[in-house]
Amino acid sequence: MTSLSDVANSMAPRVPGTRALGTGLEARGIHAWFGKHHALENISLDFAPGTVTALIGPSGCGKSTFIRTLNRMHEFIPSAAMAGEVLLDGKDVYAPGTDVTKIRLQIGMVFQKPNPFPSMTIGENVLSGLKLAQLKVDNKDDLLEECLERAGLWKEVKDRLGAHGGSLSGGQQQRLCIARALAVKPQVLLMDEPCSALDPGSTLRIEETIRQLSETMTIVIVTHNMQQAARVSDYTAFFLSDGGPGQMVEVAPTAEIFARPKDKRTEDYVTGRFG
Amino acid sequence: MSVIPAPREITTEPRKSDRIFRRVVTVGGLSSLAILSLITIFLGYRGFEVLRQEGFGFITSSDWSITTDDAGNVVESQFGLAAMLVGTILCAIIAVTIALPISIASALFLNFYSPQWLKRILIAVVDMMAAFPSILFGIWGFLVLMPSAEYWAKLIHHYLGFIPLFDLAPYVVTRSPFVAGVVLAIMIIPIITSVSREVFSQTPLDRIQAAYALGATRWGMIKAVVLPYGRSGVIGGAMLGLGRAMGETVAVFTVLNIVFQINWHVLLGVGGNVASLIILKFGDASPYEIKALMAAGLVLFILTLGVNAIADVIVKKTGKSGR
Amino acid sequence: MSSVKPTKPWVASPRDRFRDGLIFVGALAASFAIVEATALKGKLAYFFTFFIILTIANGVSGLLRYGLPAAKDAALKTLVGLGALLTVMPIASILATVISKGYKGIQLNLFTQDMSMATPTDPLTNGGILHAVTGTLTLVALSLVMSVPLGILTALYLTEIRGKFTKPIKFLVQAMSGVPSIVAGLFILSAVLYPITKGYSGFMGALALTILMIPTVARTSEEVLNLIPQDLREAGTALGGTQWRTVAMIVLPAARSGLITAMILGVARIAGETAPLLLLTGGGDKVNPNAFNGPMGSLPYYIWKSFNAGSPEAITRAWAGLLVLVVLILILFTTARYLGTRKVSR
Repeated sequence: MTSLSDVANSMAPRVPGTRALGTGLEARGIHAWFGKHHALENISLDFAPGTVTALIGPSGCGKSTFIRTLNRMHEFIPSAAMAGEVLLDGKDVYAPGTDVTKIRLQIGMVFQKPNPFPSMTIGENVLSGLKLAQLKVDNKDDLLEECLERAGLWKEVKDRLGAHGGSLSGGQQQRLCIARALAVKPQVLLMDEPCSALDPGSTLRIEETIRQLSETMTIVIVTHNMQQAARVSDYTAFFLSDGGPGQMVEVAPTAEIFARPKDKRTEDYVTGRFG
Repeated sequence: MSVIPAPREITTEPRKSDRIFRRVVTVGGLSSLAILSLITIFLGYRGFEVLRQEGFGFITSSDWSITTDDAGNVVESQFGLAAMLVGTILCAIIAVTIALPISIASALFLNFYSPQWLKRILIAVVDMMAAFPSILFGIWGFLVLMPSAEYWAKLIHHYLGFIPLFDLAPYVVTRSPFVAGVVLAIMIIPIITSVSREVFSQTPLDRIQAAYALGATRWGMIKAVVLPYGRSGVIGGAMLGLGRAMGETVAVFTVLNIVFQINWHVLLGVGGNVASLIILKFGDASPYEIKALMAAGLVLFILTLGVNAIADVIVKKTGKSGR
Repeated sequence: MSSVKPTKPWVASPRDRFRDGLIFVGALAASFAIVEATALKGKLAYFFTFFIILTIANGVSGLLRYGLPAAKDAALKTLVGLGALLTVMPIASILATVISKGYKGIQLNLFTQDMSMATPTDPLTNGGILHAVTGTLTLVALSLVMSVPLGILTALYLTEIRGKFTKPIKFLVQAMSGVPSIVAGLFILSAVLYPITKGYSGFMGALALTILMIPTVARTSEEVLNLIPQDLREAGTALGGTQWRTVAMIVLPAARSGLITAMILGVARIAGETAPLLLLTGGGDKVNPNAFNGPMGSLPYYIWKSFNAGSPEAITRAWAGLLVLVVLILILFTTARYLGTRKVSR
């Protein structure tokens, strides 16, 4: 069996920030609370444009909470609170007077469980974001094809765009959800364990999609699967909670995290000694 | 090749106490079947004579008269329910038309807008309202609502009079189907609200989140996810409300001016419904007229049963598609 | 530990609140102006013009800040709030009317006398509702005795036996809850009163009320029994208990408070039922301890009779009767709510 560091090294390393895609996304001193429970403590992390950043760590370490603070999905939990800043192109997404719906258009999200809208057809699902935000596009058919193509689903569904989303397999549904997120042209795509409900074949397809998408956008992916982090990401951040609030132990280029982790706890985790 | 054995049949012989238990519970469970069939049988049996004599006229004509001689023998009789059936349907439809948007709005408010503390109070209030007796709505409608409804009916007549439904001159709005419809609407709002609230609250969270993550506003999310999900449930709730409104007796009797005349003008003070007819005529009805009232009860029973059956089919369909 | 304070940046800021308050006050002022200037008059006119203006103003405010979707969102939010308000307004009006008009008729003699020596149009110092209260309590008690066993057996069939009739019975219970009360009354009239007893009595009324109460009891009980964890049943049978003993010793006791809730909701459903009583009980004016013989008064009948008598005293009597009835239902309902918060005993 090849080691994780070999897998990571075999991927062509990319230099972050080489393409101009905006200044990207920065998290500064993020804390999160659920009621009295302090879930996340002081996370600062930059996501360079055109890179894939993987967030790894054991369950309950606050990875999902963290990415949900990035596109302001955190606030749907009634007891939720936060501190810190999330800067998108240098502007705080939590600043007073910000239109939260525009933030979520720029920072798209793919969830753990595929969740296409069952009352809509495949085509309508892809374009649903435009309808929700009441955006106008000149040529819907081109956009539809482009998004499905980028999500790696076009060939499989092009003859049945009028079928309902629920008729697809789990992996296809998840790629449909990716296509749906792409249709509103986000700068950043957040993926919360996008493959945890899928079989290995579908997982590989999604990983390919992620690699292709990262040419043009910033991707943040939460994963339990270290192989996956090694395969798809340029950077990896390791989160850990020692019973208290979740903290970020270490962040580095992915190859380095798996080959030469600086922190003992990271090493224990990536070598499978716990977690 | 291995031989696939035939599946073994698993038999359990319940103990005697269990057999008795199961039998007793089954008999008790069938009580609803027994009661509903007995209602059909007895009302049909009592009303048979009138139904046979009047034939289809019983539901198509709108004469209700009976002449008896001094000894109490029936000389001549005419029984037709048409006016009352039209009134029943008209009042119930007005009620549902008013109640449905208000109920959907308040169900949405309870699920997606209201703060938690308010939600708890409102749910209790709405449920309690559903348990209020109809006589309360009737008397309140007559003494409190009618004066102000009269004013609004005049306004509707003034501004919407060009629509034939609202056009009449001279108008007598006080005891019109419109007012009865408003009272019935107030009675069924709690029913439709609680059914809708229940359905909306079951909307899968992941779909709600998906909509928000695509940049939807709250209303955008409701339109894209909640309303398609809850649609058939809400329609089912509205049908339940419709059934309730059609069978209502006391509230309609109190508010409406019962006249045997087919009336589609919602603002004209002429109307009635089958249930209120029964109360109106029961007091001094001869035995033969009572039979006619039994037949009227049977028609009403079948009507509400039909509405309930449709509601059931609609709600069931929800389970299969669109969810 | 860090000294960072949790914040909720998504909650409306003081500035947002100020703006919304301003819109609210502005809409209020504008609605007054419109009602003054035009032919629209009355409380409802204020109410509706206010909401129309508020809806538009909120929509425009949303449009100016964030664009079209936000405008729709803000306008719909106002309309949804209006819907909720329209739902509670009638109940507020009803309660206010019942209390303000009914309390005048509440006097000591109301609860100590019956109407055998008085007519509804008499001064309020004469006669009372003793016969009606005792009558209603008798009717409720009789209906409880008949409907609770049948209702709970139906619920047990649906949850414990789950036999081949489960689906049809579910539908029939649903259909039964839609039976108009007047039809239940006519049925008892045709099936029992005419051929068998040939006379009004409280029992006839109770029979009709039973038909109306069974579906409420059955459906609420079914919900409660469904909440009992399946493993509790399996634990019972795994210990070698028969199904009968498991249900009697484990399931029903565990669901006890929920079943009581079901009974109370059933009583609340029928306590104010009027139409069948008008057909069946004869509505006597004297306290009648015998439910099986002779006319029996009840609160709804008393209210009906007083209301139809029409004089101011009689109307006040009707309101007083309604007040007593509403208080009775409120007490029942609050008790059911209180018990209902812990449907399954732990």
